[in-house]
Amino acid sequence: MTTTDLAVAAEGLRKRYGDTAALDGLDLAVPAGAVRGLLGPNGAGKTTTVRILTTLLRPDEGRATVAGFDVLSRPAEVRHRIGLLGQRTAVDEILSGRQNLELFGRLHHLGARAARARAAELLDRFGLGDAGAKPVGRYSGGMRRRLDLAAALILAPAVLFLDEPTTGLDPRGRLEMWDAVRALAREGTTVLLTTHYLDEADHLADTISVVDHGRVVAEGTPDELKARTGDDRIDVVVRDPAALPAAAELLSRVSGTTAEVDADLRRAGAPVRDRATALTQVVRALADAGIDAEDIALRRPTLDEVFLHLTGHRAGDARHDEQEVPA
Amino acid sequence: MTGHVPSLPRTPAARLRWALADGWTLTRRALTHWARQPAQVVVGLLFPIMIVLMFRYLFGGQMRVPGGGGYAEFLLPGMYAMTMAFGLETTFAAVSGDAAKGVTDRFRSLPMASSAVVTGRAAADLLHSALTLALMLACGLAVGWRWHDGTARALWAIALLLLLRFALLWAGIYLGLVAGDPQLLVAVQILVWPVGFLSNVFAAPSTMPGWLGAIAEWNPLSATVSATRELFGNPGWGGGSWAARHSLLLAVLWPVLITLVFFSLSVRRFRRLSR
Repeated sequence: MTTTDLAVAAEGLRKRYGDTAALDGLDLAVPAGAVRGLLGPNGAGKTTTVRILTTLLRPDEGRATVAGFDVLSRPAEVRHRIGLLGQRTAVDEILSGRQNLELFGRLHHLGARAARARAAELLDRFGLGDAGAKPVGRYSGGMRRRLDLAAALILAPAVLFLDEPTTGLDPRGRLEMWDAVRALAREGTTVLLTTHYLDEADHLADTISVVDHGRVVAEGTPDELKARTGDDRIDVVVRDPAALPAAAELLSRVSGTTAEVDADLRRAGAPVRDRATALTQVVRALADAGIDAEDIALRRPTLDEVFLHLTGHRAGDARHDEQEVPA
Repeated sequence: MTGHVPSLPRTPAARLRWALADGWTLTRRALTHWARQPAQVVVGLLFPIMIVLMFRYLFGGQMRVPGGGGYAEFLLPGMYAMTMAFGLETTFAAVSGDAAKGVTDRFRSLPMASSAVVTGRAAADLLHSALTLALMLACGLAVGWRWHDGTARALWAIALLLLLRFALLWAGIYLGLVAGDPQLLVAVQILVWPVGFLSNVFAAPSTMPGWLGAIAEWNPLSATVSATRELFGNPGWGGGSWAARHSLLLAVLWPVLITLVFFSLSVRRFRRLSR
């Protein structure tokens, strides 16, 4: 694949803040039309990557092109072709929704009439038509975020950057945002989204780049990443908490590895190679040992487990040695 | 998507047109803010008027101007200058608010001229200050203040007041960019208020302890106040120091110096946002 087919191409991006390396040689290649998820814990370098690709921040080293233009030497061309939904909702709270979109339309030099038309179009599209005249300060979190997204779409950007688009939204707001992003992807917009929600990456992205310590540590479709952890898993939930150690020991014996135990959920789980055989063995062993199982499930690993496997820590954990640098 | 996608400006003239248009768009945004929050604007305008009334009628009765003349005539030019100086807080609140909410970043990610972020703010704040000053002048006339040396000199005095506001605008922009948090407004007030009072606005520096009087005399705010008193033909305090004798010169030099320093600091700070 040549660079011209890539909507986003970054090579060896490095960025230091004092002694901390926010980015440590990050490479990224996103084909046009793809939805790429950057998945990683807080402080992994996701936001720094987005800020460099949207021309807000200069890398110390490395190069990047977005929509075919170099972010360092041709920033105006890049800005002309991107939309950015930042981590914070960046709309004017005093202005109405309509005035916000008209403002951003004018700043894109659409002209007064086209800016008005585009504002009306986007308000309708995001279900904000009725609230268009209200000040944004009175919008709900979900409405604000949708307006924020609309403001990023004034010129129908070739590449849309979404930095943690659903952080802080209620479940309904989250689903609405997911629908909006999927619709944009169907229309062919390239989307680069950062998230530390594994289910969000799983739902939206067709390819995921796992970022940790300022670098991409794994890349693939959600299924490929799950396959990389290898095996399916058997979970056993026991009815009597006292039986949990015995169930765990039995699972360890069948799987040949140490079973993971979650005492709160009364659950023991372990990866297994041969699904059917293992299941039969576990069921029989449980019966032989007289352990009353509430539930036995055979399942694929979750992205959470994949993440733990790839990085050695959970996605939700903020690392204390390195916080996301907002500047 | 309706209509065509505008193409980027390619020539210096086209770029300038974009920059002016963007600046005006952001000025209009600020004007729309006032239209949507009239109560806040009115309260902002009433505050300096309240201070005038308080000093004129509450304390003014026992104030004696060293050079002779009524206290209203002495007080009002000082109040005009102080209102201009406190405009810094308005600028600070707007700039730091945009930075904190990520609005500044959104502007920076657009194909607009980045200079517009500051020029739009500068134009809006100057307009606001001109309006405030007009109201203050009307208030002054109502409480017995007059100008005595002709309209031309009065207009020069008004120009000097707006020059001070223009200079402090850059201080407000710089502090707003550095702070990036509107909640630090209190800190700015703690900085600005002593500077406002440590001047010749309310009292003559000759009535203060020596070292304090010297600071008050050299305060840039005092230079503007002395110069406008002179141009309006209002009583000053007639001090004999170099600063007092050259207040007109200092009323131009100080703002120019402040503008140069804070304009370059602001530009640098704005560029540093991408570091």
